[in-house]
Amino acid sequence: MKKIVCCMIFLVVFITLSSYPVQAEEITTLNVYNWGEYIDEDVIDLFEAAHPNVEVNYETFDSNESMYTKLTMGDANYDVIIPSDYMIERLIKEDRLVELDVTKLTHYNEISNEFLVKSEVFDPNNNYAVPYFWGTVGILYDTTKVDETVDSWSILWDETYKNQIFMYDSQRDSLMVALKLLGKSMNTTDKEDLELAKNKLIEQRPLVYSYVTDSVIQQMISGEAALAVVYSGDAAYIMDENPDMAFAIPQEGTNFWIDSMVIPKTSQNIDLAHEFIDFMCDPDIALRNTEYVMYSSPIESVFNNVITEDWANNIAYNPDGVIDVFGGSIETEVFRDPGDFITEYDKVWSEVLAPKPNYLIPIIIGAIVIVAGSAYYIITKKKKSY
Amino acid sequence: MNKSLNRLSYPYLLWTFIMIVIPFFLIFIYSVTSSKEGSPVIFQFTFDHYREFFSPSNINILNKSIWLAFQTTVYCLILGYPAAWIISKINIRKQNAIILFFILPMWINMLLRTYAWQIILGRSGILSTFFNIINIKYEGILYTDSAVLIGMVYNFIPFMVLPIFTTLIKIDDNLIEAAYDLGASTKETFLKIIFPLSLPGVVTGIILVFLPAVSSFAIPRLLGGGQYVLIGNLIEKQFYLLGNWNFGSAIAIILMILIIISMMFMKKTDELKSRGGGTLPW
Repeated sequence: MKKIVCCMIFLVVFITLSSYPVQAEEITTLNVYNWGEYIDEDVIDLFEAAHPNVEVNYETFDSNESMYTKLTMGDANYDVIIPSDYMIERLIKEDRLVELDVTKLTHYNEISNEFLVKSEVFDPNNNYAVPYFWGTVGILYDTTKVDETVDSWSILWDETYKNQIFMYDSQRDSLMVALKLLGKSMNTTDKEDLELAKNKLIEQRPLVYSYVTDSVIQQMISGEAALAVVYSGDAAYIMDENPDMAFAIPQEGTNFWIDSMVIPKTSQNIDLAHEFIDFMCDPDIALRNTEYVMYSSPIESVFNNVITEDWANNIAYNPDGVIDVFGGSIETEVFRDPGDFITEYDKVWSEVLAPKPNYLIPIIIGAIVIVAGSAYYIITKKKKSY
Repeated sequence: MNKSLNRLSYPYLLWTFIMIVIPFFLIFIYSVTSSKEGSPVIFQFTFDHYREFFSPSNINILNKSIWLAFQTTVYCLILGYPAAWIISKINIRKQNAIILFFILPMWINMLLRTYAWQIILGRSGILSTFFNIINIKYEGILYTDSAVLIGMVYNFIPFMVLPIFTTLIKIDDNLIEAAYDLGASTKETFLKIIFPLSLPGVVTGIILVFLPAVSSFAIPRLLGGGQYVLIGNLIEKQFYLLGNWNFGSAIAIILMILIIISMMFMKKTDELKSRGGGTLPW
């Protein structure tokens, strides 16, 4: 009996141990958290090939807000994340980011100075963030369905395009459109401005086909609607796939954004994170990424290299001379973190999307339930009398 | 024998406790506290989240969710009862095959099936191609109430058909024959014998359809196109986007209370008959 028990214990121990292969070298995992559809995934393989003991765990998010929730609520240890300007400002304010050691970034000087200057809006002294992609927000339109010149956000309120409009399902971007149309700042902290913008968006609701996120790309390629509010990089990609589409930046002004690479304080591999950021700034790698996702690269040589390509001549990729950042006339703004005022934005946006009041519904349901109940009661009562 | 069986159930009780009671308790704690400065450790007792819920826009959302779930249930019942009736009448070999056809789509992920509806109903989809061929102008019903309703009914109808089917096949044919013998017409037989006997199945079906329908969020979002905010979307948003777990928990508790009330109502009608059956066939 004892022998059998001994054998069993030995067997169990042996099996458990043998299922863990003894590793000759320590494998480090680098956790990268990025927007969906925002990288040429071969680049990750290249990074792994260059660092044999590193395994990259690549995850994606679909909005700055969901990224923030996951970062702060969960126990995830991300090493590199790539959020947008206003979210980086918030993360810096809350002391969640690691100060970068620029001496470790050999390709840092490849980045055009203008983006570093522009980044100072949300990251003073460029201590925390390295620009990854930049762009604008504009109107993508189907030239076979829209004959007039598109140069104003007001076309999104035009009755003739009822059920032909895609809006972006993101509170900052949609409120930006309404605020700019009203001539207000997209970073307003005035409740009255937000109230006006809310009414404007509620007025627009019946005309909107759908509020979408990344799915707008496929749907505009197949020509489901005539007009869509899109990010410039998505516009470049859609126009490359469907030549009927064109992109316009409205005269009232728009959002100029920069998505940058940052290292959160929870990172376990700060040195390796620096190496990854540096790798992404390598002109060869940045070229691969920009050609794959078609967002504008802040790396000067890459941008000049790509500019000869068809899609890159469009203002979606290259708004040179159109927006104020590049000597144009259209005013742009960078999103700022509104602090606690963000709850007002949340509230306004939920009110825009909330269904219309309908007091008939509870009455109808109540009536039907009462009728069914009493009918049932009468039937069962009859049965008992038999 | 009885004692050892009791002891055997301990692991399950423990499991229920860990996986159901504790999470429920946590949700309740979250809903009546507010976490200061993003720290979930320091609690402060408050009913603010419940008060916050009863704002006009949230009431409208709740209103619309219940209406949609109600419509879904009614359509499922109207379509599902005859289907279950037909299946219960055909011979047993074909019966199994048809039941399999009802269950088969449930093996495929629900999101995938809903995406398929997006493609079918869309402007450049299968339906519009079909209407183009026969020269009818089709503007597409994707992103409307009808699209959401179609998706919901499609997804939940097996939960209505199967319980009704199980009660229908359990009905003793002698009872029906007796009714005919005593001179009841087909209509009378159905109304006085068959339908009352199948009611447990109907009640189970209504519960199984209504409960997931009232809190669903994926189907309304995919087929309703963003402008369709329901109570499920509201809860999801609190957790996923805004990180406001306290308010999200409060909404979940309110929804749970509503569901418990409607369950009690249904149970009351169920007790009146005190007949078993009406469970799912698997």
